[in-house]
Amino acid sequence: MFSIFNIIRNRRVYFIISLLLIIPGVVAMIYNTITLPTHTPWRLSVDFKEGSRFEIKFNGPATENQIRQVFQEVGGVSTVAITQLGNPADNTWQVRTDFLEGERGQNVRTALSERIAPLDDTVTRVDSVSPTVAAQTTSTAFFAVIAASLAILLFIWFSFRKAEHAFRYSACAIVALVHDLLVAAGLTAIFGIFFEWEIDALFLTAMLTVIGFSVQDTIVVYDRIRENLVRYRTDTFENIVTRSMVETLHRSLTISLLNILVMVALLLFGGASIQQFVAVLLIGLVSGTYSSIFTAVPLVVAWEEGSLFGTGESLSVPVPVPAK
Amino acid sequence: MRERNLINLTIIIVLAVISAYIVAPIQKLDFVKSLVFWQDARTHDLQIKQGLDLKGGLQVLLSSANEGGVPPTADQMESARRIIENRVNGLGLSEPIVQSQGTDRILVELPGVSNRETAIDLIKSTGQLEFVDAGVSPPSEGTLISTTFQTARALRFPQTAQGGNPISSTVPVAGAGRVWETAFTGEIIATARTGLSTLGQYVVDFTIQPSSQASFGEFTASRINQAMCIVLDHRVLSCPFIRGVLREGGQISGQFNQEGANNLELTLNYGSLPVSLNIETTRDIGATLGSESIRRSVIAGIIGLVILLVFLILYYRLPGVVAALALIFFTLSSLALFVLIPITLTLPGIAGFVLSIATAADANILVLERFKEEMRAGRTVRASVETAFQRAWPSIRDSNTSTLITCFILLFFGNTFGASTVRGFAINLILGIGMSIFTTMFASRTFMRLAFTSQPNEATAERKAILGV
Repeated sequence: MFSIFNIIRNRRVYFIISLLLIIPGVVAMIYNTITLPTHTPWRLSVDFKEGSRFEIKFNGPATENQIRQVFQEVGGVSTVAITQLGNPADNTWQVRTDFLEGERGQNVRTALSERIAPLDDTVTRVDSVSPTVAAQTTSTAFFAVIAASLAILLFIWFSFRKAEHAFRYSACAIVALVHDLLVAAGLTAIFGIFFEWEIDALFLTAMLTVIGFSVQDTIVVYDRIRENLVRYRTDTFENIVTRSMVETLHRSLTISLLNILVMVALLLFGGASIQQFVAVLLIGLVSGTYSSIFTAVPLVVAWEEGSLFGTGESLSVPVPVPAK
Repeated sequence: MRERNLINLTIIIVLAVISAYIVAPIQKLDFVKSLVFWQDARTHDLQIKQGLDLKGGLQVLLSSANEGGVPPTADQMESARRIIENRVNGLGLSEPIVQSQGTDRILVELPGVSNRETAIDLIKSTGQLEFVDAGVSPPSEGTLISTTFQTARALRFPQTAQGGNPISSTVPVAGAGRVWETAFTGEIIATARTGLSTLGQYVVDFTIQPSSQASFGEFTASRINQAMCIVLDHRVLSCPFIRGVLREGGQISGQFNQEGANNLELTLNYGSLPVSLNIETTRDIGATLGSESIRRSVIAGIIGLVILLVFLILYYRLPGVVAALALIFFTLSSLALFVLIPITLTLPGIAGFVLSIATAADANILVLERFKEEMRAGRTVRASVETAFQRAWPSIRDSNTSTLITCFILLFFGNTFGASTVRGFAINLILGIGMSIFTTMFASRTFMRLAFTSQPNEATAERKAILGV
C-alpha cells in the first residue's frame, strides 16, 4: 500500500502537473494585460477602476438603444456598455459607464423612468467609484497580499525554529501559496476571457482566504513532520516525510471533500451575487490541499537532497513499523 | 473526573439554550434586552443585524476636497462627521451609520432611505450660517426664512473674508413674503464653547473675531432687547435676545439641554462643515435585491451544514455524532455572539462565517483522525481520546494562527480603503476561529470524554464499528 504514495520520488510528475495547472492561467493573464483597455491581468469591476455600474429593472420592455441614449444625453458620458441580465422578460439590464456622481446618476434614473419605463427601485443597484478610491483599492489589495505572505513566512519560520533548516519549510510553504494564488487568479483570468468575469473587492477576499487555507493545509503536514522527526530520529528524512504525509492524508482528503461539498452547496443555492466568489474560493481550496501534499513537502525534500527532480527511480520504500 | 465533565456538559447545554434563544427570530423579552447594556438602547432588539447589502439602502463615501493641498485636521473631520450625523439623524431612518474612514474620509450608510437625491444633498451641503436682525418679534425656531444675504448676498455689515457657497435659489423657502435682514455671517465668530451658567444651566459662550468687534458692538448697541436669530441654511436655529452691548463676545442662554448646547457650539464654530466634501463612491442597493440574497445564502448555508453533519456521522460513526453536536453548538454560539456584540452581517460576512464552520469542522476532523490513529496503535479508548486532543492541538493551533494572521492583515487593510466589506469578512472569520478553538477543545472534548468513559478499555470488534476505527 505504501508504494503508491511515492510522491517524493515521483515529485517530477507532480511538479509538471502543477506547471500544467498554472501555465494556462498565466497565459490568460498575459493575454488580458495585452488586450484589455485597462492593461491588467483581469477584467476590473468598478471597485478597482473608476466608473459606475447600474443594475436596473424596468417595469416594461426596453431596448439597448433607448438606454444608451438616456445615459449619453442626460448623464453626459461617452462610454456606455450595456448587457441584458437573466431572462429577457425580466427587463433587467446592467450598464457600465464612466464615473457618474450622485446627482447626475439620479438624473439618469429619473430620465430612464420617464422616457422608457418605470424603474423597479427595490431591485435596482447602483455603484459608483471615483478614480482616487479605485487606485487606492488596487494598491492596497496588492500590499495586503504581500504583507499576508510575509507575515506567514515569518510565522512558520518561527514555529519551526527548532527544526533544522526552518527557513526552508516556510519558503516552500510560500511557494505552495503562490502556486494556489496563481491557479485561482489564473482561472479568474481565463473565465474573464470566456465569460467576462470581473474582479471586485470580493475577489481580494477570496485570494486572502486561499492564502489562509493553503498555509493551514501545509502547516498540518509540516506539523506532523516536526512531530515525527523527534519520534523517529534514526530514520531517513525522506521516510519520515513520506510517513507524515500518509498519516495526514486522511485528514487532508476529508477536509478537502467537506470544503468541496459546502462550496458546491453555496455555488448552487447561494445566489448570483456570490457565485463567482465561491467558485474562485473552491478552486483555491482544492489547489491548497493539492499543493500542501504535492508541492510544499516534495520541495522541502528536494531542497534537503539538493536535487529538484530527484532520481525518479521507483525504489520500494521500507514500510515503517507503527509506533508502540 | 466524571463529575467535572458533567459540570462542563451542563455549562455547554446552558450556553446552547441561551444561544438558541438569542438566535431565534422571535421578539425578545424586555428584561432580557435590558441585560445587553453595552448596546445602544434604541436598537438593542436582539436580532441579527443586516448590513446595507442585505437590507438595501444608500452608501456614500465622502472625502475632504483638500483645498489648497492642506489636509484636514482630525478635529475638523470629527466635527464634519458629527454635523453629518446630526443631519442624517433628522431623516428618521432606523440605523444610519456615519463613521470616519482613514484620515480624510467619511462613510455614510442610510438603510432604507427613500429619497436619495435629498439625502445626498443633505450630507454634502456645506451650509451657510447667518445672524439675522429679527426685531422684537422673531420667527419661531425651526422655520425656514428668506434673508437678504441669500437673495442678494447683501450684508448690513460687510465683512472682509466672505466664506461659504451661495445658496441655490431652487431651495424652497417657507414664508417667502418677508425677507429678513442678514446682519453677519458665521465668519465673525472666533470661538464658541459650551459651559454652565451660575444657575447650572447649559449656555454657549462665544467670542467675536477682532476685525468684526466694532461692527458687532455697534449692532448690538442699537438692538438692545431685540432678537438676533442664528440661521443655518434658511432654518432658524435659535433667536436669543440681545441684553446688552456686546463687543468681544457674549453668552447665549436658553432652554438648552447638553446636546442642544453642544450642537449650537458646533454650528457656531464651523457654521457648517469645516471641510468641503467630495463624493467618492455611492452604492445604492434596492431592498428586495438584498433580501433575495439573504434568503438564498441562508438556504445554501443550511444545506451546506446538513451535508457536513451527515458526512461526519456516516464517516466517523459515534465520534462523528459527537463532532456533529459540537458543530451545531459552534453554529448556535457563534450566531449568538454576532447578536450580542453586535456584528452587522453583510454578504462577505456570511461567507466568512461559512468558512469558519469549515475551520471548526477541520479542527474536529484533526482530532477524530488522530483518535483513529491512536486506537489503531493499540491504545485503550480512554487513552486514545486524551492523546488525540493533546496531539491534535499543535496542528489546530498553528493552522488557525496562520488564518488569524491573514484575517488581521485584512482587517488592517480593510480599514484604510473603500472596500470596507472585506472587514466584515475578516471580523466574522476571526470570531469564528476563536469560537471553533473553544468548541473543539472544550465542547468536543467534554462530549468525547462523557461518551467514552463508560466504554470498556479493550474495544471489541463490534465497538470498533461504532467507533469507526
